[in-house]
Amino acid sequence: MIYLDNAATTLRKPPQVIEAVVQAMNALGNASRGTHAVSLDASRTVYQARVKLAQLFGCRRPDHVVFTCNATEALNIAICGTIEPGRHVITTDLEHNSVLRPLYRLQAERQVELSFVAADRRGNIDYADFDKLIRPGTQAIVCTHASNLTGNMVDVARVGQIAKKHGLLFIVDASQTAGSTPIDMEAMNIDILCFTGHKALMGPQGTGGLCIREGVKIRPWKVGGTGVQTYSRTQPEQLPALLEAGTLNGHGIAGLAAAVDYINSVGLDAIQAKERFLTRRFLDGVSQIEGVTVYGDFTTEQHAPIVALNIHGYDSGEAADELAETYGIATRPGAHCAPRMHQALGTTELGAVRFSFGWFNETEEVDAAVRAVKELAVCG
Amino acid sequence: MRVKQLRLIVTFQTTTAAMAMEKVCAERGVPGRLIPVPREITAGCGMAWSAPPDARDAVEKAAREAGIDTDGWHELMV
Repeated sequence: MIYLDNAATTLRKPPQVIEAVVQAMNALGNASRGTHAVSLDASRTVYQARVKLAQLFGCRRPDHVVFTCNATEALNIAICGTIEPGRHVITTDLEHNSVLRPLYRLQAERQVELSFVAADRRGNIDYADFDKLIRPGTQAIVCTHASNLTGNMVDVARVGQIAKKHGLLFIVDASQTAGSTPIDMEAMNIDILCFTGHKALMGPQGTGGLCIREGVKIRPWKVGGTGVQTYSRTQPEQLPALLEAGTLNGHGIAGLAAAVDYINSVGLDAIQAKERFLTRRFLDGVSQIEGVTVYGDFTTEQHAPIVALNIHGYDSGEAADELAETYGIATRPGAHCAPRMHQALGTTELGAVRFSFGWFNETEEVDAAVRAVKELAVCG
Repeated sequence: MRVKQLRLIVTFQTTTAAMAMEKVCAERGVPGRLIPVPREITAGCGMAWSAPPDARDAVEKAAREAGIDTDGWHELMV
């Protein structure tokens, strides 16, 4: 099979990641739950993972790296734990439902008001819109670093400057960029960075988290055992325990730490360069095919390794099924949990076939995918 | 049971702080190890850093320079 669905999850993981998980499952106790050897080993493993992720994302304090089971949980913690009733939040049409649904929920339950920076037919936003939408009562900007549908990237450093200028909280969804794009939350003025471990970071599913800038306050949505401050009736106030009730996914976190080591050994720049090469090669191949409509804006290098397209007027599910059954190529059709993005692109009827590339893909696989799209377009 | 000795006991509010203490002390060659918090004292985190009393200056310096939040400093027979 040719796996081109890396925006959903990376299928191939570095062997070091798998070995680290297996080793952890054989040897780790419960982190933060004692001082015998295997509990301490778990605590050390989790702590080292915090240190590595803090370094990767430019988070000043390792204890402000909080682990969750995915980016959705991180975003729920960040959004629901900071936005106050009756306040105003600015977000964009590019967002995934992991941002949209928590915001819609706050809109319904806490009278939070929402404004959207609109995307045009190429999936681009106008950065001046952020300034225009800010009003008395605006508390935060929540936006993605890259659309999971078009791959268009948002210049989060630019948005961070706007947020800083107006004293707004800035929450970033880095689901499509963490592990393949340099991120420096201090330089970018990001207050809360939410990430997943199983996509470009190439870690296990069930890992993710948030990096929190010093001084940002978040109310925990879940409370419970932390292994510390047992006789307090309330959750510990200190990070990361404040937001980490319950046993962590220590085995997965061990794998995630190994994944960060792997990325550092290869180099983030090398990963980004290869993924961009593969993306550009695929784009150049398919954009010349009659009957193929490519979505998004590829006039800039700042693009996640994603190409979404449709072939003639075929339903995207039908096209993806044909790609899978006839050519053994795995892609993702449908709506991609990005309703407003599809509305902006005009693709709510057909959906789109999303090809997404990763570090372990090779040129031959991309070329095979181009040939398959060409055949489908001709046969159609 | 082992014979009790006078030890410097440093406590923390979180496991993360205890882990940071262990890491920075190991890097600097400062003696000590993590132990369960002795019952004579209370602390947020169940782990404490136990070191020889004469290492106090080095432990304090390591904690201060690494920005580790400590909870309490004690000398106890443990």
